[in-house]
Amino acid sequence: MYTQALDIPGQQPKGKPDAVENAAYQAEFDARIDAGATIEAKDWMPEAYRKTLIRQISQHAHSEIVGMLPEGNWISRAPSLKRKAILLAKVQDEGGHGLYLYAAAETLGVSRDELTEALLSGKAKYSSIFNYPTLNWADVGVIGWLVDGAAIMNQIPLCKCSYGPYARAMVRVCKEESFHQRQGYDALLAMMGGTEAQREMVQDAVNRWWWPSLMMFGPHDADSPNSGQSMRWGIKRISNDDLRQKFVDATVPQAEVLGVTLPDPDLTWNEDRGHYDFGTIDWDEFWNVVNGHGQCNVDRLATRVKAWEDGAWVREAAIAHAEKQAAREKAAA
Amino acid sequence: MERKEWPLWEIFVRSKNGLDHKHCGSVHATDARMALQVARDVYTRRQEGVSIWAVKASDIVASDPDAKPELFDPAEDKIYRHPTFYKLPDEVDHM
Ligand SMILES: [Fe+2]
Ligand SMILES: [Fe+2]
Repeated sequence: MYTQALDIPGQQPKGKPDAVENAAYQAEFDARIDAGATIEAKDWMPEAYRKTLIRQISQHAHSEIVGMLPEGNWISRAPSLKRKAILLAKVQDEGGHGLYLYAAAETLGVSRDELTEALLSGKAKYSSIFNYPTLNWADVGVIGWLVDGAAIMNQIPLCKCSYGPYARAMVRVCKEESFHQRQGYDALLAMMGGTEAQREMVQDAVNRWWWPSLMMFGPHDADSPNSGQSMRWGIKRISNDDLRQKFVDATVPQAEVLGVTLPDPDLTWNEDRGHYDFGTIDWDEFWNVVNGHGQCNVDRLATRVKAWEDGAWVREAAIAHAEKQAAREKAAA
Repeated sequence: MERKEWPLWEIFVRSKNGLDHKHCGSVHATDARMALQVARDVYTRRQEGVSIWAVKASDIVASDPDAKPELFDPAEDKIYRHPTFYKLPDEVDHM
């Protein structure tokens, strides 16, 4: 149940369990995780598990919301009514994903306002990929194909994550993501069947988005110290490097069908491993973007802050209206 | 800045007639009408439903997760409540 207000009326709120009780709860929690059981909102959980989930789910929600901006940039300039309707539906889905995920995070005891505040103040992170600009229409297709494609790889294992509300939100998200990837690829196919200039636009967009897409899976396993704990807790099921490899293996044949070249001279099939080898990721670029120095960080945040501030009077007016209506109904009753 | 958050509503959707309403998530809205409207946009963009219930989260009464043993374990040893408890002669065991 996505709610914090589930206590039985009149029931005393539980105080902090003491150390002994805590150890017993902890043992039971560990056993349930080991047995592959699902943890639900009101179940006891270690504070670190709760904090990790709040951080991960809210970052994920922020990414969906900020992720509306690069593509939203092209809604008014889509090349046809059909593409415009598709893009609108896709961007609306991303907004929906953000909302499913905020709701899941709220079950852990944070308020929506706290989460919003963390994003707008720059305290919370969101996926580094959305700090790159969308320079031409092919970027929209490439985002659908590569960025949503990488997101799908990341998200499918989360459908089986140990925290129930997150897992259920992810099932809903994953059902919708396949449309995102396919519409992107379809838009690119149309361009590849067009003029030489259009094919060059697609190749240019692929050149710019390929490496940032690989960075979406996060640092190498050896450099991601928290992964072990997340695996132990059943929050993470597959390692960053394994997911990245799966993505590369799935994408190479798709690039061939499309007729584009992935911008990596080291990309080759490795018969022994049964996987594609690929070149070295520029982690300096990754950390630079994560730490706020990407091309669009400032712009993205400013856009969200403006939207929030411009909406303030609407939020206040809606509350005032509802309160007035409720008071009137009470008076009439 | 002092802000008032919109109340939380739990959303239940009936995917088609003949099936139960099922919990699918929550939304923030100032009143019931807005809750239904927002729920429609957030949870039924692909004909996932034919009917929506919105319930104020603060109005939901739920059992205490820590009371699971007292509440639910007593049913554990009442195996005679299940049809498989009764071994009947082969000729009539499909009963
Ligand atoms: Fe999404
Ligand atoms: Fe998507």
